[in-house]
Amino acid sequence: MTVQPSFEAGTTLAPMVVARGVEKSFGAVRVLRGIDLDVMPGQVVCLIGPSGSGKTTFLRCINLLEKIDRGLLAVDGRHIGYRVGRDGRLCEMTEREICRQRRDIGMVFQRFNLFPHMTALENVIEGPVGVLGENRREATARARELLKRVGLEHKADSFPAELSGGQQQRVAIARALAMRPKLILFDEPTSALDPELVGEVLDVMRTLAHSGMTMVIVTHEIAFARDIADLVVFMDEGQVVESGPPAEVLANPRQERTRKFLLSVRGEDGHAR
Amino acid sequence: MTHRPDLEAIAALPRLDGPGSVVPIRHYGRWASAVLVAFLGGGYLYLLATSDNMRWDVTYDSLFHPAVMSGLWLTIQLTVASMALAIVSGAMLGFMRLSQNPVLRSVSWWVIWFLRGTPLLVQLLFWYFLASLFPFLSLTIPFGPTLFSVDTNSLINQFGAAVLGLGLNEGAYMAEIYRAGILSVDKGQTEAAQSVGMSRARLMRRIVMPQAMRFIIPPTGNATISMLKTTSVVLIIGLPDLLTSVQLIYARNFQQIPLLAVACFWYLVCTTALTIVQSRLERHYSRGSRVEGGLDLVSLLGPLLRPRRASREVRP
Repeated sequence: MTVQPSFEAGTTLAPMVVARGVEKSFGAVRVLRGIDLDVMPGQVVCLIGPSGSGKTTFLRCINLLEKIDRGLLAVDGRHIGYRVGRDGRLCEMTEREICRQRRDIGMVFQRFNLFPHMTALENVIEGPVGVLGENRREATARARELLKRVGLEHKADSFPAELSGGQQQRVAIARALAMRPKLILFDEPTSALDPELVGEVLDVMRTLAHSGMTMVIVTHEIAFARDIADLVVFMDEGQVVESGPPAEVLANPRQERTRKFLLSVRGEDGHAR
Repeated sequence: MTHRPDLEAIAALPRLDGPGSVVPIRHYGRWASAVLVAFLGGGYLYLLATSDNMRWDVTYDSLFHPAVMSGLWLTIQLTVASMALAIVSGAMLGFMRLSQNPVLRSVSWWVIWFLRGTPLLVQLLFWYFLASLFPFLSLTIPFGPTLFSVDTNSLINQFGAAVLGLGLNEGAYMAEIYRAGILSVDKGQTEAAQSVGMSRARLMRRIVMPQAMRFIIPPTGNATISMLKTTSVVLIIGLPDLLTSVQLIYARNFQQIPLLAVACFWYLVCTTALTIVQSRLERHYSRGSRVEGGLDLVSLLGPLLRPRRASREVRP
């Protein structure tokens, strides 16, 4: 277990993600009510909390799959989806600029969302070749390497429908890595998996975390969060209730709501404690 | 008290030994219906084949009659040209309907509203008589000079009017087919494509459309087959398509049924060819999907004769 990520020479100490007072409503429902959060480069942050607490929405805002209503949400020092105009006001980005920003932010979805008409290998090279304009031969070689890293080099030519859920999710992680992102977002990556397949995905994520990748993970796997998170953030009703190292938030929560949530999760999940 | 056999008796019951070891259930209903169909269908075919009133010799002699051939050729040309226009205009209208640009969206809505809301016949006649409304079509810079001008009737002849009328009318329906197809693709696909930084145009082309095609092709095949037969309405603007040519012949020799059989024969030949093309296309776009199906000829001919195909197992 590594709590302190390795800050190598050359990496700045400026946070990768900065959120200040982020608010978001769907119609009359206030999903996010002022989120403050910093994610440092190389840090692994786990967002936990009851369903409907806004964790997934917040994660989607970081990738501009949802737009925030109020506050500041910056990735790598820049507003996500907006640029500062000459008069100091925020201007909406063009589609081109948004695509550029998204390239640097990987995303792994709960339902995998692999492209079903492409093989595993084609899924992985689609971004590098089509978006980054990399040479197909080199991209293919690298994709094979990435598939090997997630333990699926033998499944390169399989279609998603021929893979198990755990294998699909590992391909999805390789697809995200192929873009050489500065940050990867995981939206409940193991929630749609059969219990016996959860482990293989978590193993890949654990290796990734140790390699120094910046990760923001929405998860229900408390034991996993304790293992790999540098920072655990407990959210409820659109707010950050408590955050800190897992040893504090998971072992000795200060807030009553956190304690209640952890108790309820442990009730059905014996190995968490 | 009910009698319960002991364990030894249960264990001594006969066991299954593969598929051949069991007496299958008898499908008396199937046999009865087969006999009934054979009796009625066979009787009807026998009557048709042997009736003196049904002049098969006339049918046979007219099958390759020059007028029939030229009518068939015109029907094929009209179908191909109209469907090409329908597929292109339908794609434009469909994409406009889904555009983020509110102007394009509403233009598409109104055009579809008009084309679907007025009879095809009226639209055909409209294009045909366009010259009476605008004798000349010209390209003019507003408040400026005319770049060129052309006589409407020389630009839009009968065939042109027929293609415009049939194609644009069908295009309005095709637009809805495209829209439904695109909307049927899971939204997660768009999100995944966006998350690797794809532009809207690229994710449409690479991710959404290849998946939407599976939903677009079957109704497009329907539309094409329907178009093949709808082309006969061009009679109204004086084009001799297959059906019209046949009607012209039987107006002279009074052999209506034998000549209609000629028309049916050629229509069936064309639809069969289209069905084959459609199933080829469907197979092409089913890449990566486990469940394959569609209207192939084998399933058309004998849905009852063959055992239901088991879906392919997922390889773990």
